[in-house]
Amino acid sequence: MITKRIIPCLDVKDGRVVKGVQFVQLRDAGDPVELAKFYDEQGADELVFLDISASHEGRKTMVEVVEQVAAQLAIPFTVGGGINSLDDMKKILRAGADKVSLNTAAVKNPQLINEGADFFGSQCIVVAIDAKYDEAIGSWRVYTHGGRNATEREVIEWAKEAVERGAGEILLTSMDCDGGKNGFDIALTKKVSEAVSVPVIASGGAGSAEHFLAAFVEGKADAALAASIFHYKETSVKEVKAYLKERGVNIR
Amino acid sequence: MIGIIDYGMGNLYSVSKALERLNYEYVISADPKRLKETKGLILPGVGSFRDAMHILNETGLADFIRAAVGEGTPLLGICLGMQLLFEESEENGLTEGLNLLKGRVVRFPGITANGETYKVPHMGWNRLQFRHPSPLLTNVEEGYVYFVHSYYVDTDEESVVLASSMYDVEVPAVVGKGHVFGTQFHPEKSSYIGMKILQNYANIVEGKGEA
Repeated sequence: MITKRIIPCLDVKDGRVVKGVQFVQLRDAGDPVELAKFYDEQGADELVFLDISASHEGRKTMVEVVEQVAAQLAIPFTVGGGINSLDDMKKILRAGADKVSLNTAAVKNPQLINEGADFFGSQCIVVAIDAKYDEAIGSWRVYTHGGRNATEREVIEWAKEAVERGAGEILLTSMDCDGGKNGFDIALTKKVSEAVSVPVIASGGAGSAEHFLAAFVEGKADAALAASIFHYKETSVKEVKAYLKERGVNIR
Repeated sequence: MIGIIDYGMGNLYSVSKALERLNYEYVISADPKRLKETKGLILPGVGSFRDAMHILNETGLADFIRAAVGEGTPLLGICLGMQLLFEESEENGLTEGLNLLKGRVVRFPGITANGETYKVPHMGWNRLQFRHPSPLLTNVEEGYVYFVHSYYVDTDEESVVLASSMYDVEVPAVVGKGHVFGTQFHPEKSSYIGMKILQNYANIVEGKGEA
């Protein structure tokens, strides 16, 4: 059967990895290609690059980064951030990315999911959802613009709609848990994973190997994403995988 | 030199980059004349079977591929490219394939015999189990490779299944007969195991591995 996937996420700004990745053994810790190769060797199952460039030039640079990464990396990778049109998707996928992730643009224009899935196939289209619990609706609310703007949408319904429109995967980030290192939002992950027929990537809150175990076993996630605990070497992909394997989780 | 068949479907870039990492020469072309000058062919492919066969037939590439295989040129189909090697597919209505191998392409039911549902596409890393020895699998370990597909090959010709993976059903993962090969997974995305398989294919093309 298929393995649970561990996915490190790299933030890229103007072609450089930011958020101070701490690897002494790398010649250049800001080089996306070097980091990608490092994580591949560590046993990462996939990578996500999030382009946080604000400028048009920065986005152009991202296409070059994708080309360089694709030339070196022998595992799949997803690119998100700033993808607003079918044309943007074409640029990134033709540069060699395996999947694109849509977030704000998909909420603003859900038809974009259909267009992408029709053109490239669902396997290329990831819909990223930023979720925050809202007592008023007794569920999670969808946020956009990097978590700054609340929308009228409820997360479970939006996830279902995204899949109906052709999303091949849901990247689900809990804003409540993100940055806290106290674990993934299990209730949220489980709800979404049970509601949709495509894989769900849990994101936000990873602080230890135990948290990954909970996301997979209780949260029923198909994959789990983390950034800082890997970048700051609090643990490694290798250690997390060894821990999961010992506890009977199917891991590559 | 390997000819990567460009018929407008699929990620040619990652396959070609993988060959570059192996320092193996390639051309990407839609022109049978250009492809004919190469020693071996790769048929990549992402998308629907029906669209792919339509293009291959319209452009004459289908005839070219069958003729080249008839003359002994090695061929490796990847993902959809592997499915196209078979007789027919039920994707979007029954469509005839290249008919180089016996079998048909069917959809994962998405529900087990016990009534449990599971996710389709079969997406992610799954383990290879070897069925028959092949030069394509020389020194390859029975490890994990990366799949993305909703349809799989159902064949009665057991000998063509060189390796398989379990996903509810037994999924042919590596197929081969004579000098015609296919991988349902993406070797170019399957880390060192995938690279080894591509290296083996390059060796077969160079006549260093027997096929």
